[in-house]
Amino acid sequence: MKALLAPAAGLALALSIAIPGIADAWAAEMVDPKADLKTFQAYFYEKFPNVKHEDFVNGPYSMDEGMRKQWEEKEEFPPYDFAIEKGKELFETPFKNGKTFADCFENGGIGVRQNFPRFDLKLGEVVTLEYAVNRCLTENGETPYSYVKDEMAAVTAYMASTSRGKPFAIDVPNDPRALAAYEAGKQYFYTRRGQLNFSCASCHVQNPGNRIRAEVLAPALGITAALPIYRSEWGGMGTATRRYMSCNSQVRGTPLAPDDELYRDVDYFLSFMSNGLPISGPGARP
Amino acid sequence: MVSAFARTALVALLLPASAVLAASAQETKEAYSAAKALSDKAAANKNQWPATLTALAAAKAAIEAGRHDEALSKAKEAEALARASIEQTEREKTAWKDAVIR
Repeated sequence: MKALLAPAAGLALALSIAIPGIADAWAAEMVDPKADLKTFQAYFYEKFPNVKHEDFVNGPYSMDEGMRKQWEEKEEFPPYDFAIEKGKELFETPFKNGKTFADCFENGGIGVRQNFPRFDLKLGEVVTLEYAVNRCLTENGETPYSYVKDEMAAVTAYMASTSRGKPFAIDVPNDPRALAAYEAGKQYFYTRRGQLNFSCASCHVQNPGNRIRAEVLAPALGITAALPIYRSEWGGMGTATRRYMSCNSQVRGTPLAPDDELYRDVDYFLSFMSNGLPISGPGARP
Repeated sequence: MVSAFARTALVALLLPASAVLAASAQETKEAYSAAKALSDKAAANKNQWPATLTALAAAKAAIEAGRHDEALSKAKEAEALARASIEQTEREKTAWKDAVIR
């Protein structure tokens, strides 16, 4: 989609220089994140009128009373606690050049998770929290982390823990590149793939609250707020990237490369759709 | 008097086994190449199905072991799977819009 949109976006950019009014109107007609946000959230609020809005970030536990009770008991000794501890240690340990992660983020990286992903106008791409962590490492001469688990899950778990309760505040600037990235993420979310012919939306829009085997499907609304997560199925922590890769595998598709920009784009779309809902991560799921 | 059918059957029976295998090996090689090309296209679409790769690997292993019937069957299975994933990609280029919340 991005490939298809790129020429159009480029044309819109060129036109916006020449004839700003016409190009803006055209771009607005093509992609309208704010209108999407309104209809997306309304769909879930109408479908589940008894679920408190802020509870959607708790995924399957907002849909199933039995699971919720189990989760509440589990939260007394959360399985992600060790990751927060390890993440804090990694976060505060100086790099070889003496700097730390705090030097790469606004407010020293504390309480900023709700602003990610963001569109970086200088880079011209979506920067997820994971991507920002790895950029910080490489810019300081360090080896980047795996996008899937371990250190990445730990550092993002710690950062998420400092943002708990803060509402998602994702911005899609009126820039053709940002709009193209947003639209690519949206397309990825709604596109059926894999041998089972499922899209992300097949489970998380059309069937939240229903079961697939033993699992209760989480609503798409608020789904990124709990990331990273400890999954019993994984026997450990996993990042947002791991979650998307796992979804691909579950529909019998081959996951993308962990650093594929489409995973960043879909994270951008989903997080924007959750604007206003509180960060609940790190989370725990079956 | 020997009938034409009997003559043909006799010739077929007496054909060296290697001639029959050579024809099969060629057919298998072509089927594998066709399946591989489609599988590569599916991968380029970022919509590869693991089942395609499994069938393709099984076809390759069977070719290497000289099991041409099995190789042909697995190559055709891989081709069908790859073709289905490519068709899915093509269909979804527009169909995804129908699923968007409105």
